[in-house]
Amino acid sequence: MFKKILIANRGEIACRVIRTARAMGIGTVAIYSDADRNALHVEMADEAVHVGPAPANQSYIVIDNVLRAIRDSGAEAVHPGYGFLSENPKFAAALEEEGVAFIGPPKGAIEAMGDKITSKKLAKEAGVNTVPGVMGLIEDAEEAVRIASEIGYPVMLKASAGGGGKGMRIAWDDEEAREGFQSSKNEAASSFGDDRIFIEKFVTQPRHIEIQVLCDQHGNGIYLGERECSIQRRNQKVIEEAPSPFLDAETRERMGEQAVVLAKAVGYTSAGTVEFIVDGDKNFYFLEMNTRLQVEHPVTELITGVDLVEQMIRVANGEPLTLHQEDVELNGWAIESRLYAEDPYRNFLPSIGRLTRYRPPQEAVTETAIVRNDTGVFEGGEISMYYDPMIAKLCTWAPSRSEAIEGMRVALDAFELEGIGHNLPFLSAVMDHPRFVSGDITTAFIGEEYPEGFAGAELEHTRLRKVAAAVAAMNRVAEIRRTRISGRMDNHERKVGTDWVVTAQGARFDVTIDADREGATVHFADGSIHRVASDWLPGQPLARLDVDGEPLVLKVGRITGGYRIRTRGADLRVHVHAPRQAELAALMPEKQAADTSKMLLCPMPGLIVKIDVEPGQEVQEGQPLCTVEAMKMENILRAERRAVVSKINAGPGDSLAVDDVIMEFE
Amino acid sequence: MKDILEQLEARRDTARLGGGQKRIDAQHAKGKLTARERVELLLDEDSFEEFDMFVAHRATDFGMAEQKVPGDGVITGWGTINGRQVYVFSQDFTVFGGSLSETHAQKICKIMDMAVQNGAPVIGINDSGGARIQEGVSSLAGYAEVFQRNIMASGVVPQISVIMGPCAGGAVYSPAMTDFIFMVKDSSYMFVTGPDVVKTVTNEVVTAEELGGAVTHTRKSSVADGAFDNDVEALVEVRRLVDFLPLSNREKAPVRPFFDDPRRHEDSLDTLVPENANTPYDMKELITKIADEGDFYEIQEEFAKNIVTGFVRMEGQTVGVVANQPMVLAGCLDIDSSRKAARFVRFCDAFEIPILTFVDVPGFLPGTGQEFNGVIKHGAKLLFAYGEATVPKVTVITRKAYGGAYDVMSSKHLRGDFNYAWPTAEIAVMGAKGATEILYRSELGDAEKIAARTEEYETNFANPFKAAERGFIDEVIMPHSTRRRVCRAFAALRGKKLQNPWKKHDNIPL
Repeated sequence: MFKKILIANRGEIACRVIRTARAMGIGTVAIYSDADRNALHVEMADEAVHVGPAPANQSYIVIDNVLRAIRDSGAEAVHPGYGFLSENPKFAAALEEEGVAFIGPPKGAIEAMGDKITSKKLAKEAGVNTVPGVMGLIEDAEEAVRIASEIGYPVMLKASAGGGGKGMRIAWDDEEAREGFQSSKNEAASSFGDDRIFIEKFVTQPRHIEIQVLCDQHGNGIYLGERECSIQRRNQKVIEEAPSPFLDAETRERMGEQAVVLAKAVGYTSAGTVEFIVDGDKNFYFLEMNTRLQVEHPVTELITGVDLVEQMIRVANGEPLTLHQEDVELNGWAIESRLYAEDPYRNFLPSIGRLTRYRPPQEAVTETAIVRNDTGVFEGGEISMYYDPMIAKLCTWAPSRSEAIEGMRVALDAFELEGIGHNLPFLSAVMDHPRFVSGDITTAFIGEEYPEGFAGAELEHTRLRKVAAAVAAMNRVAEIRRTRISGRMDNHERKVGTDWVVTAQGARFDVTIDADREGATVHFADGSIHRVASDWLPGQPLARLDVDGEPLVLKVGRITGGYRIRTRGADLRVHVHAPRQAELAALMPEKQAADTSKMLLCPMPGLIVKIDVEPGQEVQEGQPLCTVEAMKMENILRAERRAVVSKINAGPGDSLAVDDVIMEFE
Repeated sequence: MKDILEQLEARRDTARLGGGQKRIDAQHAKGKLTARERVELLLDEDSFEEFDMFVAHRATDFGMAEQKVPGDGVITGWGTINGRQVYVFSQDFTVFGGSLSETHAQKICKIMDMAVQNGAPVIGINDSGGARIQEGVSSLAGYAEVFQRNIMASGVVPQISVIMGPCAGGAVYSPAMTDFIFMVKDSSYMFVTGPDVVKTVTNEVVTAEELGGAVTHTRKSSVADGAFDNDVEALVEVRRLVDFLPLSNREKAPVRPFFDDPRRHEDSLDTLVPENANTPYDMKELITKIADEGDFYEIQEEFAKNIVTGFVRMEGQTVGVVANQPMVLAGCLDIDSSRKAARFVRFCDAFEIPILTFVDVPGFLPGTGQEFNGVIKHGAKLLFAYGEATVPKVTVITRKAYGGAYDVMSSKHLRGDFNYAWPTAEIAVMGAKGATEILYRSELGDAEKIAARTEEYETNFANPFKAAERGFIDEVIMPHSTRRRVCRAFAALRGKKLQNPWKKHDNIPL
């Protein structure tokens, strides 16, 4: 076995690989850029080598720098993680030359699967289902129309070199095919410098389902079930699960076998993923093969019990697979939620900054539930602008899908994350979405269900009542503590009452609290009763309660005169008033959000260093507008809300006083 | 006998109705509560004991003899907030517009005298059109009587003013002399002369809200310490503030049960100070992370944001916090921040509230604006306040402590009890660049040499150890252990006794 391996990556995946390597007794070498000096993967590894400045293209993906790190550290093998150099055949070749093992497939396999047209051709030849279409070069629009009508509409015209939806058109008839061909071609030429176009059947109700394969250097290959990755936002996977709620055993076997056939056809070794698109009738078609460890590999590990990184290392070491296809059993259900530093309330704008609070839920393994959190960050760490905005991959496992979802709901509620914008509320909302719960999902799920973006979840009435009961009980505990202050008048202490009025999400609940040692029974005015058990103490930011025998986890914050409660994707302002207080509070006028004028005022005397926007530009809430230097500090001024810049009154170098108008909005 | 008893109830009912249902409805229509409703919300349920319910004015001019309302436009008495005694007056806008008469003033004076005698805070709720014109000079005398009591009570019992309607003319000077002023947005204003007079005299056109609304007084003038959206929120938050304050200068700061480990580590504080010395960070993160339960009651949040002031609890006991805020103006001291912090420090000292100071200060803000407006004397206020304070003083330097500002920020030399520094601290006469440019003026032409000198200076002087060598810093501490160290420091100071020399009073540079 290798004595020392280098992980040519950063963040959670570097940490993930280090974890397995350490368990196998293998030494680990991390690499890091300037921005990652204090990163978790550097801390975790036995050694760490600096590879350059913060931008990845000057550090992590500079092959020479990584080679130098390998030589300096004496690592015998390299795990590339995902992204960066993981699918770069030049890197694999360089390692070969260096005599260092690449913990991944041979460079030939990487090359073969790297190009969309070549990989599809190879797949077709190997007998793998491919989307009906023509992969060859298409001469002109008329040929495109002929091919399209042969395949049958709808069809998709795609740039060979494409990605991210660029150079892609859907055509429903001849006319659209003709136009689509020309515009795709133009777009492909300008975007990729490669105007080759291919046409294929447009798959309706598409799901993204992928097969995990594992091959050794001795001609053995197996598949480890599938992962359903249909919950995507702009081609970025957000939630994955294994198995797929859609596949039956027979389809799974056919897909698995085809995947292995393809892998063998290209001489694949190590772990790899064959992506399929599956339509509403369970027809599946090859999309592409990812010649690396996937981000979402943990869900496969959780249902198969196989450590994929360990297998990759063993395969790279020349060991034959000890696992045979018949040994592979899919056990239970696993779900992965990707936590991104993207603010769902600001149209998923990336958010960078300091993680002032980062407390993931406790990782745990029991017979009936697993919580796993793969991460590369820590409380007090920085989410930098240089890399992927992923903070963590939170996975839950349970015997059934519904239990795994429930486990995920609770785990998400218990995940404390402050300081930056993040998608936790959005993930929670999806976990409660009836369509997701039913398993009736396609790759269009997010676009269809959240066409206007995400503005926070609303709690359904029963849950809202439970939250109201919980907060009423918690508030009582907090109020009682307040009466225990020193200096009170003996025998004239305040008695905390039992009747309260809770307002939240526009609803009002009149409750009576009947408290005891273990918690409280909360009687609602309509006669219903909720039982709240909790060991919450005032000031604790996370409340783990049990309401009517079910767990309820609340993030508890303070707002003026009330509580900020976050749970299940909802962000609530909750007020608990004594009845008389509530009566008077009802007289208070509803305040309109103050119009803080349509200008950006200079908040301090200082020098404009940079203006980030121009007149006519639309800016999102939180977007940097300009930088003002004062007392040698650079202060970034951000948009308070979405707006269009109408006029800019200052430029770099201008010295401004407090309240000078820097720019105006429409 | 029964009749007589019933008569009392009937009289009470009349008094409780103040200016009548119609005026009560008008008050509600403006989004305001009545004087009695406000008292109800401020105090613990059923704890209010009213005085002088039947007091009526004695004026006869302008037909006033026919217009008498029991209580005369102000409700006074005492009650409890979480079981602790407070005295309260609440002006009733439904009675003669809450205007202040001789007897109205006498009612206020009565409870103020009792508050001072019995050692309990005074909370005044202001909602008054001003002097009762019909009473002329008697009304003015009434104001002055109240002023005199504000002055005498200052530093003896905490005085809190809540402005919940108009407060104009001479009336403003009573709240002005209390310890804290809170306002309600859109329904309260304070000014010495109103928009009409302003227009006549200076030709400035301004609305009442612009001239003296909550936004003006919390952001621009710093007259008010905080503003709230409505009456209910304001009173709930005043109750919260009272929980932090001692009842009088005879008592120690209050203590209440707390659910937070005094030894709690905060590893994330080790990365709070950024590597680049010119990158700001949020000092409030440090404050909330070391405070009991993260609870911080900020005073003057919207004004002079380059310094942060407010109350926290450490091991259940109130502590006043003063902290430079690197996020705003690099946390420098200037006229506004010095005034703001000085007043806060003096409040704490007057009421035996220990003071915790977090320092990251690059110096005083330069400029003609500062010098012409007297930064010398205003800056001296904070220096003076720290120097005269005899309460326990704990200081933690997180990063910069440069020049005179280092001395000012509760340094060892101003009788600081525990002066800690993080390893990231730079205690020096000035920043490295500035220092080398002066020390090596002859080498200024040679960029390389200067760079080397700067580096040399940084290594030798931009650290806490030069100060620690001299004992100006008692200990260099790990950021993650700040809460534990600060808790222990205040615990060690529980028995602190320090007396300034006898004097009639000092002469702080006002």
